[in-house]
Amino acid sequence: MRPDDLLHPTPQGLFCPAGNFHIDPVRPVETALITHGHADHARAGHGRVLATAQTLDIMAIRYGDGFAGATQATGDGPIRINDVEVRFHPAGHVLGSAQIAVEHDGMRIVAAGDYKRGSDPTCADFEPVPCDVFITEATFALPVFRHPGPQDEIAKLLTSLKDFPERAHLVGVYALGKAQRVIRLLRDAGYDEEIYIHGALQTLCDYYRSQGIELGALAPATRDDLSKEHFAGRVILGPPSAFAAKWAQRFPDPVIAFASGWMQVRARIRQRGVELPLVISDHCDWSELIQTIEEIDPSEVWVTHGREEALVRWCELNQRRARSLHLVGYEDEVE
Amino acid sequence: MKAFSELLDRLVLTPSRNGKLRLLEDYFASVPDPDRGYGLAAITRDLDLRSVKPAMLRGLVAERFDEELFRLSYDYVGDLAETISLIWEGPGGGTRPLSQVVEQLNAASRSDAPALISGMLDRFGPAERYALLKLATGGMRVGVSSRLAKQALARFGDVDVTEIEELWHGLDPPYVSLFAWLDGQGPKPAQAAASPFRPVMLASPLAEAELETLRPQDFMAEWKWDGIRVQAASQDGVRRLYSRTGDDISAAFPDVIGDMDFDGAIDGELLVRKGDAIAPFSDLQQRLNRKTVSKAKLQAFPAFIRAYDLLHEGAENLRPLPFAKRRERLEDFAGHLPSGRFDLSPTIPFKDWAELAEARAAPPDPVIEGVMLKRLDSIYVPGRPKGPWFKWKRDPFIIDAVLMYAQRGHGKRSSFYSDYTFGVWTRDGELVPVGKAYFGFTDEELRQIDKFVRDNTRERFGPVRSVRAEPDFGLVLEVAFEGLNRSKRHKSGVAMRFPRISRLRWDKPPHEADRIETLEALLPD
Repeated sequence: MRPDDLLHPTPQGLFCPAGNFHIDPVRPVETALITHGHADHARAGHGRVLATAQTLDIMAIRYGDGFAGATQATGDGPIRINDVEVRFHPAGHVLGSAQIAVEHDGMRIVAAGDYKRGSDPTCADFEPVPCDVFITEATFALPVFRHPGPQDEIAKLLTSLKDFPERAHLVGVYALGKAQRVIRLLRDAGYDEEIYIHGALQTLCDYYRSQGIELGALAPATRDDLSKEHFAGRVILGPPSAFAAKWAQRFPDPVIAFASGWMQVRARIRQRGVELPLVISDHCDWSELIQTIEEIDPSEVWVTHGREEALVRWCELNQRRARSLHLVGYEDEVE
Repeated sequence: MKAFSELLDRLVLTPSRNGKLRLLEDYFASVPDPDRGYGLAAITRDLDLRSVKPAMLRGLVAERFDEELFRLSYDYVGDLAETISLIWEGPGGGTRPLSQVVEQLNAASRSDAPALISGMLDRFGPAERYALLKLATGGMRVGVSSRLAKQALARFGDVDVTEIEELWHGLDPPYVSLFAWLDGQGPKPAQAAASPFRPVMLASPLAEAELETLRPQDFMAEWKWDGIRVQAASQDGVRRLYSRTGDDISAAFPDVIGDMDFDGAIDGELLVRKGDAIAPFSDLQQRLNRKTVSKAKLQAFPAFIRAYDLLHEGAENLRPLPFAKRRERLEDFAGHLPSGRFDLSPTIPFKDWAELAEARAAPPDPVIEGVMLKRLDSIYVPGRPKGPWFKWKRDPFIIDAVLMYAQRGHGKRSSFYSDYTFGVWTRDGELVPVGKAYFGFTDEELRQIDKFVRDNTRERFGPVRSVRAEPDFGLVLEVAFEGLNRSKRHKSGVAMRFPRISRLRWDKPPHEADRIETLEALLPD
């Protein structure tokens, strides 16, 4: 059997004919295996969804209880789907995120979904799984991407709070994963003030807490009883889109920060009007991608969403079989 | 080098002028000599480094990286120095002072330079690598004018900025004597430059009600020409042309410099000719902000100076003399200058303010933007003292235009739609954009416009929204501007000078806004 017979790209997403399921399909399908809860990977409207219990919870929070015809939570063990054995392994991307190992007739393909290698107390660490084909993302697959330690980035935010005590600090974060990680990093750096959050972050922060992740004191950023001056020198977290909305006008002379792996590139920083870039990423940087490929050492690497070309080129230079899957529908902007 | 690279990064991302001043002041206060002086010189572009060519850097990269991976990276990042600073791998961990970097770069021969640069890249972190490469390639663009840097110095040392401007051209990096003085640790450095810049005297705007308190016989009037204010200094064989902020612009004006066959310092207006007439400001712009000038531009836009004042003649400093006396000396002095290159600013005879107001309303030349009033007894002092000199500008042009697009601002305005594109009606009954303005309104008005934009958005394009602008629904803005030029770049064919929002016309329906014909009638021939 060729790897392509077990799993191959289709307009709906990666498809496994022997198991009759898709992985992270971008359109409604009969059976969907979902790696994690970000909206471009986890969509509503499938007949049946298999995912980790946490990813299922997150999907229910985002889409409501009836987001799929049926759901099945995966545990640590293997699951048979028709003739195929699948298994979910932690991916270290966000809470509940998993790699999906698909095995049939002695061949194993691991679809890693989005993943990272750095430590993150808000989710389980990535687990390398030996396989024949490793399907990797390529969001930051250029040798210019080398993410600094997240603690150093959080230190920059704390320094700015000291330097500009009269200004509110608005930190752009995506609601699932980045928000909770930034809060956790602030707490681990010893910041124990109340942190203000935009309404769009509330339910997911509550959910993370219910899963045992300590986030400290959080308060809604929009309360009519608080004056503008109250927010001087405070940290306010919100989705980046909110900073352009009237919502942000309530804060005094805000310092606009943004926590994202993209903040390494000056043109991206300027384009977003960011004054305080925080390079905090939930994806692998270039060296982590390479480290992972070398560690897993698969006989073939398939590359999807992002800068596939560069990672395929690196594989060629290092005598590794590799190809780009050209999957569509995944946004790398949301980081 | 670490402090310098941090300064660069933060300056680039700090939108506000005050924020930039604060960063620079902090840098001067916290970084020792001679590093702070080299950092200052890098920012004011006064650091003369033997420049490293991009081709050399590409060569260094080619030795270490796969060409294809580098190309993909460069395509993505879009800036050579930044790409190299991010992609480079080295043991790191060894910064060195900026002054040492500068000295080593200057001492290196052409053949040594590649090894020197790659050695530094190996030792530095990404931000320092970026600063090094920008320094070495001479591509320092951090949104700080040399004027702003001088203002930061003035604030740092609590002295007047004109004192810094006056000294500047006699000083060299790393400015140790200057910093010693600003630190309060040494005397004020002596003026050392030949043909130094003399800080300019400026006029305050005239409020018409003030005229009642002023006596016409105390003043002389002359036209305010729409060029750029310059100072032409020629002493001891050194000829320099300075902008009003003390930037040396000699290199762009070899025609003027070539004819500065005098010993003295003239204050005047730099203008260009078009045939027998004075060309509009848009033609003068062809000669500005250039390091060199082509023969074609020299011929198409010949420059000359219309003299307002004489600051120095030979060794004599005329600035303590009253203006009337200086003017007499200037008239004598200008008589001996090549007439095509220098002429005298004509005075406007008047008996009373009414007569002057009449002259102001009907100036003899389109390149006049108002009148100047100078007290006959005024000595020449730097800065903008209140009282001796007034500028009485022509009234601005006013039109009513319709708000068409709004763009989000930057910094503290980033959650407000604060940059407005407005249009007027064409003959076909369409709106055509004629200008863009982002000030002139109060904070309260900004909130009102922002709400209007959000409530009446038609389409979004990134940070820009198009808003409803229909004959019977939309927001009419009263726009004031100083003049109009033809423009090929704009669909409307016109470009406004200095447009600002002067009033919000909530009361006016858009179909009553102005038409393009009104603007076309204002265009110069």
